[in-house]
Amino acid sequence: MNEAIVRPYLQLREELSRRDKSLREKVVTLEEAASFVQDGASVGIGGSTMSRTPMAMIWALIRARKKHLSCSRSIVSTDGDLLFGSGICDHMITSWFAQSILWGLSKVMRHHVEKGLARYDEWSHMAVGMRFRAGAMGVPFMPIRSMLGSDVLKQRPEAKEIDCPFTGEKLLLVPALNPEVALIHVQRCDAYGNAQIDGLQFMDIDLAIAANRVILTTERIVSNDQIRRAPDKTKIPFFCVDAVVEVPYGCAPHECYGAYEPMMQHMEAYVAQVNGDPIGGLNDYLERYVYGPKSWTEYLSLIGMGEVLDATRRGRSIYDD
Amino acid sequence: MIEPHRYTANEILTVLSARQLKDGQVVFAGVGVPLLAATLAQRTRCPGLTILFEGGVIGAFVEPGKLPPSTNDQRCTKRANMVLGSAEVLLLLQRGYVDVGFMGGAQIDQYGNLNSSFIGDPAHPKTRLPGTGGGNDISSLAHMIVAMKHEKRRFVERVDFITSPGFISGGDSRAKSGLPTGGMFRVVTELAVFSFEDEERRMKVAALNPGVSREEVQQKTGFELIFDDDLAVTEPPSEHELATLRLLDSERLFTA
Repeated sequence: MNEAIVRPYLQLREELSRRDKSLREKVVTLEEAASFVQDGASVGIGGSTMSRTPMAMIWALIRARKKHLSCSRSIVSTDGDLLFGSGICDHMITSWFAQSILWGLSKVMRHHVEKGLARYDEWSHMAVGMRFRAGAMGVPFMPIRSMLGSDVLKQRPEAKEIDCPFTGEKLLLVPALNPEVALIHVQRCDAYGNAQIDGLQFMDIDLAIAANRVILTTERIVSNDQIRRAPDKTKIPFFCVDAVVEVPYGCAPHECYGAYEPMMQHMEAYVAQVNGDPIGGLNDYLERYVYGPKSWTEYLSLIGMGEVLDATRRGRSIYDD
Repeated sequence: MIEPHRYTANEILTVLSARQLKDGQVVFAGVGVPLLAATLAQRTRCPGLTILFEGGVIGAFVEPGKLPPSTNDQRCTKRANMVLGSAEVLLLLQRGYVDVGFMGGAQIDQYGNLNSSFIGDPAHPKTRLPGTGGGNDISSLAHMIVAMKHEKRRFVERVDFITSPGFISGGDSRAKSGLPTGGMFRVVTELAVFSFEDEERRMKVAALNPGVSREEVQQKTGFELIFDDDLAVTEPPSEHELATLRLLDSERLFTA
């Protein structure tokens, strides 16, 4: 690897000081938000597996035909297929990359990694979290006690084994991860970017603070008064956020806590199509569902009203008791 | 008396691994059979079992017929005691709050090392598998129960790649690698229950499942097995265990 894995502290501070952190409205369209992501950028992706995936933003980046993105996420599901298969991303930092436990291996990932078209850097799940944590803390690394003794570590010379200066015990230092851009989907936020997250938060708070810029997509934009009525629900402060896009069903066909569960018929049809042909099947899927529709709403129409409503009914049942 | 053909391989696997858990324990469970088995234990013998999921859940109480498709879905949080960040729940392993880690496995070796990353040379892999997820963290920091299908290609002398460490190369090699705690406790398959002997830390057969012979287990294993001096035969799944399990996985996601 040529570039330094961890940016020097002064550079990190300077990058942050150049941002406009003022209290201002940041509402933009998906297309405008996509223009904030430069080719070659490092992109942190919020949510995990099939949960709160910022799918609409990924969809917009594919439509904008980005190049050479280097992405990081706690756990990657079919979002990774779309990123690799569309050719916009050729490097993924994560702990697990498959379609899901129900469907197993990702043939799209296998094709790209086994043919040397893309890299998948594997870290343990906690290591990914501690890399974002170090990034959020403004320190160059965090010490952890896993990965030691494994071949996962042998693949990662970026991580450094040390003897603890206090106890002499072996520890592993994992380098800070400060993505240039983070993509995070939330249930609600205001126009300034004060974001409230219901349910599982995954690594999103560390990711938002670690990143140089944050693009929020949200199920709905609410007033600042409404945010202030429940400040304990606010998980990401506005000054971390650079763009706010209101995208209902912005995780489809994945789930958004309390709003909708995964759209399983669509997922199953997708898996059948790409497992049959990981190149042609994926290209056909991209043509029909990503490049084809005029808007995110039209994409949702292709998934189908019946399936969207069913996912919504199941999603809201988390609150039934 | 339940005849062997009355249950599937995954069902006996789930029931027998559920029996390895004790009431009052804190268990970190992976998705699939481990999640199901931990929930089965909770609904039968261990009402005080606390289940953790890597998505960020403490005290899960999964709803029958609504098994989560991963341990990062909202279904995992239903009636739980707490939701928290994924790093936070994994750090509880490191702090030492977790009694048992409970995972599935794709490939295991005689020292209990698990591979879920590569088949073949990692530089030019024949197959790139999904990777560790939380598996490496759990197996590095807790005592482990592994539930997996018993096939010769899955039970190998040496895994192609150590994703989740067991006893590494045996003896005290695990502690010397910087992992002074945890390690393999049990491996459960549809054929037998395995433990690990104290010195070399090699896998040994603790109990055979009903209707399974020593020869059959050895024949389906890619290394020479040690058999416990007090080799037991497992009690078959009871009507109650099977009925509860089938209620939990009524969609047959993980027990078909």
